[in-house]
Amino acid sequence: MPNPSNDPSPDPSTSLIRFAAVQKTYDGEQLVVKDLNLAIEPGEFVTLLGPSGSGKTTCLMMLAGFEVPTSGDIFLRDQRLNSVPPHKRNFGMVFQNYALFPHMTVEENIRYPLKTRRLPAAEADRKVSEILDMIQLRDFAKRRPAQLSGGQQQRVALARSLVFEPQLVLMDEPLGALDKQLREQMQLEIKHLHEQLGLTVVFVTHDQSEALTMSDRVAVFNDGVIQQIDTPSNLYEYPANAFVAQFIGENNTLAGRVESVEGERCRARFGEGLATGALLGPGLGVGDATHLSIRPERVKLNGAARALPNRLPARVHEFIYLGDHLRVRCALPGNDDFVARVPVDDFDADMKPGDTIELGWRDEDVRALDAP
Amino acid sequence: MTSTTLDGGAAAPAEGNLKSRLRRAERLRKLKAIGLVAPLALFLVVVFVVPIGSMLLNSVDNGSLRQVMPQTASALAQWDGEGLPGEATFAAFAEELRDSRRGGGLGSVGRRLNYENPEYRGLLMRTLMGLPAESDDWRATLIDIDPAWGETATWRGIQAAAPPRTDRYLLASLDLERGADGEIQRVDQQDRLYQAVFQRTLVIAGGVTLICLALGFPLAYLLATLPAKTSNLLMILVLLPFWTSLLVRTAAWIILLQSNGLANQTLQTLGLIESPLQLVFNRTGVFFAMVHILLPFMVLPLYSVMKGISPSYQRAAVSLGAHPFAAFWQVYAPQTLSGVAAGTILVFIMALGYYITPALVGGPADQMVSYYVAYYTNTTNNWGMAAALGSILLAVTLLLYLVYHRLVNRKQLIGS
Ligand SMILES: Nc1ncnc2c1ncn2[C@@H]1O[C@H](COP(=O)(O)OP(=O)(O)O)[C@@H](O)[C@H]1O
Ligand SMILES: [Mg+2]
Repeated sequence: MPNPSNDPSPDPSTSLIRFAAVQKTYDGEQLVVKDLNLAIEPGEFVTLLGPSGSGKTTCLMMLAGFEVPTSGDIFLRDQRLNSVPPHKRNFGMVFQNYALFPHMTVEENIRYPLKTRRLPAAEADRKVSEILDMIQLRDFAKRRPAQLSGGQQQRVALARSLVFEPQLVLMDEPLGALDKQLREQMQLEIKHLHEQLGLTVVFVTHDQSEALTMSDRVAVFNDGVIQQIDTPSNLYEYPANAFVAQFIGENNTLAGRVESVEGERCRARFGEGLATGALLGPGLGVGDATHLSIRPERVKLNGAARALPNRLPARVHEFIYLGDHLRVRCALPGNDDFVARVPVDDFDADMKPGDTIELGWRDEDVRALDAP
Repeated sequence: MTSTTLDGGAAAPAEGNLKSRLRRAERLRKLKAIGLVAPLALFLVVVFVVPIGSMLLNSVDNGSLRQVMPQTASALAQWDGEGLPGEATFAAFAEELRDSRRGGGLGSVGRRLNYENPEYRGLLMRTLMGLPAESDDWRATLIDIDPAWGETATWRGIQAAAPPRTDRYLLASLDLERGADGEIQRVDQQDRLYQAVFQRTLVIAGGVTLICLALGFPLAYLLATLPAKTSNLLMILVLLPFWTSLLVRTAAWIILLQSNGLANQTLQTLGLIESPLQLVFNRTGVFFAMVHILLPFMVLPLYSVMKGISPSYQRAAVSLGAHPFAAFWQVYAPQTLSGVAAGTILVFIMALGYYITPALVGGPADQMVSYYVAYYTNTTNNWGMAAALGSILLAVTLLLYLVYHRLVNRKQLIGS
């Protein structure tokens, strides 16, 4: 398997947090978290990514201590966390709606965790002042949260969760309420804070681009199960299964069957009488049903496709102009909505919707993944 | 700078135009709004503003002497209150006294004068009986009929009833009166009543409010945090008392709390007490019944405020290192303040006006201001006293409300 990091899960003896066979059910009927094993290294930025309802928040709440695992253990270094109450865990936490205390000023909000820790006033003053400078909200210190913009509230929530130098920072979709531009700016700010302060962060989001932008490692959740934990680039380039391929980035899928296997490679049939070479995904053998996954940017058109080993004709539905590139939507046997992504410079202006074009790709651009 | 001025100059006429257009557009909207509230406004004026206004007027109204005996009244207005009034006053009085019998005004004049001194009614009757058709010297004639007419105090009493307005009822409601020299002074020790009644009214209303808050706050919190299914059921239980009449509920408390009632029997059976406790027809009974009736008015506003507070605030506080209790008091409780304010003011003001419940389950020393208002309207027909007590209760309530409003508003400013 051409996966550069064969074992992405770190050595458990050095990890800061470890979920060991954690299960969770709320109603005693359905497991919301099915068998969670996850280790987080000190200084790491780990993102829990997955569609809504996949159990990400539940995992975070168990880590924070607001929910109790139905079975299994969570460890902080070698200490079992299950019996440590949430206010003794010393984790910073940022909530989706920020949960800034409306009856306190910005400064009082930020000072709150220092007050609960009975820090001497002078030291608390210094810390609050430092962090106000860091988030550039010194002039807003005396305002109440309701008098701040969404982005400013977000910064205050961040400052409040960092001011007491927690050993771990938990964030549950903290950027969900911001508009796109502000969200992207805050993604970078959080990322930079993580690097500057050497924080360990567990971040929850359903936005894959956010996860890819910020994280050292991403755990992709579906249905209470981690589908894959890996670095952003490995997730993108080497998805472990069809769900991950579909969820991370844009993806074309062709339903097929493995015909022959040769080491890491295989040949798969799809459509009616078509075949392509592909990289063999984990757990597949000859005769298995497979989802062939091809990224749109790996698909070449006409002239550029001529020298490639896998070629087939397709009928163009439409072109979508996106500034730096074009998306070509076309139909081919087995997939009516197949997308190729073409740089604007490579585009042949004579092509029209309805034309038949030739698509091509290399064997290593296709991954044969198990069909869910 | 220059360009700004130029821009401003160019925009000015257009802006004026825009303003007038906006005003025209707003006018229609305002008319519609007025049309919508007009029925309610009319209703409020008829059933609220007018009665309260007339009640306030009643409390300073000096009764009918002025209508029945206008000349006597104006003549006495000139009198300096020393010695006896002049012959003209005696003559006018005799004339109008005779006429009053026909118009039926005698009764009301008698009642009013009796507030000054209970001798008056008899005096008027006696005088009327002995009144001759003609007389050259009315002063002598009247003194002849009853020597009381030769006393300055008799005429001073009539003089006090003569002006259109009086403060005697308002003063009496505060255990005050005007002395012989017109100075305001406290009434005799044994006649003092109303200051104690007002004090008692405030103490009972305040106590009921505090008990309601102490019982209602945890209940509202439970309702707001339980899953919807359970909390809906509990909410029905909270609202259940509204489905029964107030009298029935009060009577039920009497049955429960009386000496051989369920409460005492249970306590005795359990061996907790040996002889029955006096639980009703005293202050305890008043608190039991009033708290029971007023509790929903505390729970509902608290519940509606608490329902809107996200549980993530407490979680945030706990995640920041606060013990759950501290998180509750420092973060949750302050956010419920507007509900606490609404609930306490609602219960307090309603409790101030309570009358039937204390009358039924309280003892003589537990009667509140409203009891005396009812007494004066229903039993003695003394509208002046009833109105004065009501007005003072209203004034005290408004004053307390203003103080409270300022206090809470200052706190809430912090809250919002
Ligand atoms: N407090 C709760 N009680 C009952 N069910 C819950 C509770 N919280 C979450 N769930 C259920 O658990 C599942 C996972 O929820 P959650 O962890 O919030 O997912 P995510 O954060 O990935 O959207 C959902 O089906 C949700 O309905
Ligand atoms: Mg969630």
